[in-house]
Amino acid sequence: MKQLSFLKRIRDSQIFWPLVAWILILVFNAVVEPGFFKLGIIEDPVYGKHLYGNLVDVFNNGAPLMLVSIGMTLVIATGGVDLSVGAVIAISAAMGAVLINPALGKQLITNEILTRNATNTPLPIIIIANLAAGMACGLWNGFLVAKVKIQPMVATLILMVAGRGIAQLITNGQIMTIYYTPYFWFGNGYILGLPVSIYIVAAVLLISWILVRKTAIGLFIESVGINAKSTFYSGINEQNIKLFVYTFCGLCGAIAGLILSSYVHSADGNNNGLNYELDAILAVVLGGTLMTGGRFSMLASVIGAIVIWTFTVTVYSLGVPANALLAAKAVLVLVVILLYSDYSRRLINRLFERGGSQHGTAS
Amino acid sequence: MADEIDIVKMSGIAKTFPGVVALEDVDFSLRRGEIHALVGENGAGKSTLIKVLTGVEQPDKGTIELNGELAHVHSPEHSQELGISTVYQEVNLCTNISIAENIMLGREPYRFGSIHWQKMNEMARKAINRLSIDVDVTQPLENYSVAIQQMVAITRALEILSAKVLILDEPTSSLDIHETNLLFDVMRKLKNEGIGIIFITHFLDQVYQISDRITVLRNGKLVGTFDASSLPIVELVAKMLGRSLTELDKLSKVKSGEEKAEEKHRLVEARGLGRTGKLDPVDLELNANEILGVAGLLGSGRTELASLIFGLDAPNSGSLTVEGEKVNSFSPFDSLKRGIALCPENRKEEGVVGDLTIRENIILALQARYGWFRFLSRQKQNEISEEYIKLLGIVTPSPDQLVKNLSGGNQQKVILARWLATNPKVLILDEPTRGIDVGAKAEIQKLVLNLAEEGKSCVFISSELEEVLRVSDRVAVLREQKKVAEYASGVDDKTLIQAMAGET
Amino acid sequence: MVQQVKPLTSSEEVLKSIIQRLRTYLSRHGSLLLTIAVFILVYFIGAQLYPAMRKPQVFFNLFINDASLLLVSIGMTLVILSGGGGIDLSVGGVIALVSAASAALLRGGMSPFIVIPLMIVLGIVFGALMGWIIQFLKVQPFIATLMGLYLARGLAYIISLTSVTITNDVYRTMALTPIYIPFIPNAYVYPTTLVGPIMLLVAVFLSFFTRFGRTIYAMGNNEQSALLMGLPVPRTKILVYAFSGLCSALGGIVFSMSLMAGYGQFATGMELDSIAAVVIGGTSLAGGVGNVIGTLFGVLIHGTIVSVLQFNGTLSSWWTRIGVGVLTLIAIGIQSVFYLRKKR
Repeated sequence: MKQLSFLKRIRDSQIFWPLVAWILILVFNAVVEPGFFKLGIIEDPVYGKHLYGNLVDVFNNGAPLMLVSIGMTLVIATGGVDLSVGAVIAISAAMGAVLINPALGKQLITNEILTRNATNTPLPIIIIANLAAGMACGLWNGFLVAKVKIQPMVATLILMVAGRGIAQLITNGQIMTIYYTPYFWFGNGYILGLPVSIYIVAAVLLISWILVRKTAIGLFIESVGINAKSTFYSGINEQNIKLFVYTFCGLCGAIAGLILSSYVHSADGNNNGLNYELDAILAVVLGGTLMTGGRFSMLASVIGAIVIWTFTVTVYSLGVPANALLAAKAVLVLVVILLYSDYSRRLINRLFERGGSQHGTAS
Repeated sequence: MADEIDIVKMSGIAKTFPGVVALEDVDFSLRRGEIHALVGENGAGKSTLIKVLTGVEQPDKGTIELNGELAHVHSPEHSQELGISTVYQEVNLCTNISIAENIMLGREPYRFGSIHWQKMNEMARKAINRLSIDVDVTQPLENYSVAIQQMVAITRALEILSAKVLILDEPTSSLDIHETNLLFDVMRKLKNEGIGIIFITHFLDQVYQISDRITVLRNGKLVGTFDASSLPIVELVAKMLGRSLTELDKLSKVKSGEEKAEEKHRLVEARGLGRTGKLDPVDLELNANEILGVAGLLGSGRTELASLIFGLDAPNSGSLTVEGEKVNSFSPFDSLKRGIALCPENRKEEGVVGDLTIRENIILALQARYGWFRFLSRQKQNEISEEYIKLLGIVTPSPDQLVKNLSGGNQQKVILARWLATNPKVLILDEPTRGIDVGAKAEIQKLVLNLAEEGKSCVFISSELEEVLRVSDRVAVLREQKKVAEYASGVDDKTLIQAMAGET
Repeated sequence: MVQQVKPLTSSEEVLKSIIQRLRTYLSRHGSLLLTIAVFILVYFIGAQLYPAMRKPQVFFNLFINDASLLLVSIGMTLVILSGGGGIDLSVGGVIALVSAASAALLRGGMSPFIVIPLMIVLGIVFGALMGWIIQFLKVQPFIATLMGLYLARGLAYIISLTSVTITNDVYRTMALTPIYIPFIPNAYVYPTTLVGPIMLLVAVFLSFFTRFGRTIYAMGNNEQSALLMGLPVPRTKILVYAFSGLCSALGGIVFSMSLMAGYGQFATGMELDSIAAVVIGGTSLAGGVGNVIGTLFGVLIHGTIVSVLQFNGTLSSWWTRIGVGVLTLIAIGIQSVFYLRKKR
């Protein structure tokens, strides 16, 4: 009996369907291309021994998306959306690059100075500045949505458009290459053989979970998303909740930007984080959180992000030419749309429910 | 003048929804050139009756005859084809397009493949002149008041749909006196042309101003159809509340009023508290160990009064004092902190958070008071929710059931539990027993009496006179957004009804 | 209904009626006038700063350079007007797809007189498909058109990952034959430039003289009411996305002619520029408010900003992004104020 209830709990939990989706892709790989799962240990001159392989790539490259999905989950749970996360990634990457830049403020700039493995600002300060920039962006979005009461799609669209310009402003329009090797650790380093970025994602997920489930914040977020009016009547300040989720989303974007720019050793205002907002929304939808708001699961969204990246890496490793990836992704979106549409939900609910639920009474 | 011809005749209409009998053996007829008012308190069945007539719902039993012929209305579009048209309180038009378009779109004239604006405007002008309204039909609808928008909706109904039956659902709720008179002029004009009008409203004065006949529904049953000229308003109110005037004299006072010797501990004092358009300035006192009943018909300002005390609305006149301190900030959170709780009237939209569990719904307000970081532990949450599940007799297999799956009555109990859990000093209950079975009603009334005994102050708002009298120490009567009377316990319902009807 | 209490003198009456007329006109067209004013202002500032901008050709260059953006924005306007979160993120992708497909077909020897209509049909079908998914599967337009974007651009990549040159003569003529503007010396446009203004006229006709257009406006204001009024809402929703697909396809044809190439990376980010142009032009993202004429000026403003930066030469193109972002913000801000005022 206990076994049954455990299985039932998994099936009822929100992580079930994204897990199924992931397992399906893995099964597909197992059948078609078992080489996908090859894991090896490699000795790297800088970072020591570490695992490598497709699965490792999925998690390492997918880390920024996973982070952004965590933030996006909370925003969507309140019934909103944040289109500016890609721009926030670009801004935070730019902040990092500029603060490191040894040539900043120097009178004489030589190539030697530019490419010196040194930083103008201590690393901790860079990180703090980076995160602060992300939070400021998030706060701005939250302010527009909560206080000025602009529709979330419209409000975050502004930063989405202007944000890349701001990123360019910070880097003076150039793509800045970073030469400071300690900075590379975030995106390229390994701890106990696994990429650092995984640990960062796990840490963020853990802290977020504590923040949201061990306090009343998670309950309030869900309540606001389900029925904002009743929530207000119960004495909950909806504005503060919204400010919180957008700021948090900005923070997640900043951390993602840190990892991304560290991984590619550069900051590119134009391309950093391109299309991330769309992928993040997809990950959240895959994770089963409704776009209208309400119950959410950050873990499910992270799994959704993993699904997207596993899909991507699968397509690559199948030898599908890189140029077909986008079309394949479109098919993925289509499948997600169909599966998660109203019709399918109702169908699945009916399949799982024995004896119909009660319908509403006449008013 | 109304003919004796029935253009609409509904006989023996019955309709049941899961868990609720909405209509039971109801007859209704509408004559040519008649204005027929349909009245009843909440849950009387008015809206269901209209939904049956307009094809939104199908009756379980009964027949509909239109112009003497048996008719089967299978959809709203079909009812429109049959000449029945409804204008709702929220005007179902598009405010960004012109009045002419709102009237004519769907039958707009064309010339060379494009809309012939000049002709359309002319046709619209002619149509609206039929109602003797003077507006610029080329202007967007949003430039005009709600009153005019309703006229446009009526014009569309007459024009596009050649309506012979016009149903007006609470048309005067957003209108002032002049606009109401305007509407009435239009209604009289249409009546003279032979259109039959069903007028649904809770403003009894207006019923008498304009209607020929009045049909009263109560709890899904037909109380009767009367000529307006031969039914005094007091009797009308009595019938709406399920009383007959002759019986009233026989009923004894329900709660004996012994003057409590001790000084009343005043918890809340309202002086001249009001908000323009919602509630005229009101004086009120709420004392500990006491239940204040608030009686009044729908629309009399009861909910607005509750909103002001609870801080949902800020007053723009007068003052509110809680335990001696003047209230300066109005919000549910502040009221919670002060120990005032409101169990709202519309539990679906203002109370229930459907996709959360019973447990979460119950502790929600309490948690709001504790703030973000003092999170009630799961154990504590279970304790509290189980306590109240037991106390209120909430029927559920577990506290982790989603509230949206509960019956209406159980949902109400959950919301009640939410507010009780905050241990308030003042508990305002707005129609707490609506849609609840008899047993549960009694439970809640007993609960309220216990709360008062424990030292709380309760405000009991209800349109059920019986229960107001049963629990209250004092009764305030509201009518048309004013407080018209206040009685100490021991008052009888006849007096109350007279106050509610406007005769003192 | 206004009842006059005291009779006014005839001149006072005339004045009062003029003021009343003016007020009505302003409230009706104020937004458009504001957009036009902004355009004139920005252009004026540019011309002051850079004398080279005063040449008349610069104005016509706006139309030449932003020909595709104009086309795409026209379709976008109608989609956004139809409300319900309506938006079309696929426009850039369709342009890329159409350009890549045309280049491939032309290189394969197909006649341009078959290729062009074929691309148009492609655009219409593509749009209608997205419209159907939005209406009947009840998917949010954002997600559905996002999928459209991925699909279109993805297909473009599959057709060719690198840029494919077009050598067709018909295309070249369309792209390079100057049409001189009468009365203005040294001013010209190309045939491809004219497609945008022509579609603008078509859109104006549709918006203001057909049931299709009026239904779009009605839906944008209150879809429920429009349905209750008996307007063909589901059909219109699909048609409006089909129209946007048509505009995107035309944009793609014009784009490929102007650049004489087909490339999967064409028009990245154009959807954002288009949305910005539509919003700056006075159309509300909520639907029901705005028109394509405003969009024309939104596109012109965009083009002017780009021109000013080009003439400056030192500031990088990313200032465009900021400029456009700020303008969008201001436009949204103004719209919010108007909207809040109306609610009261």
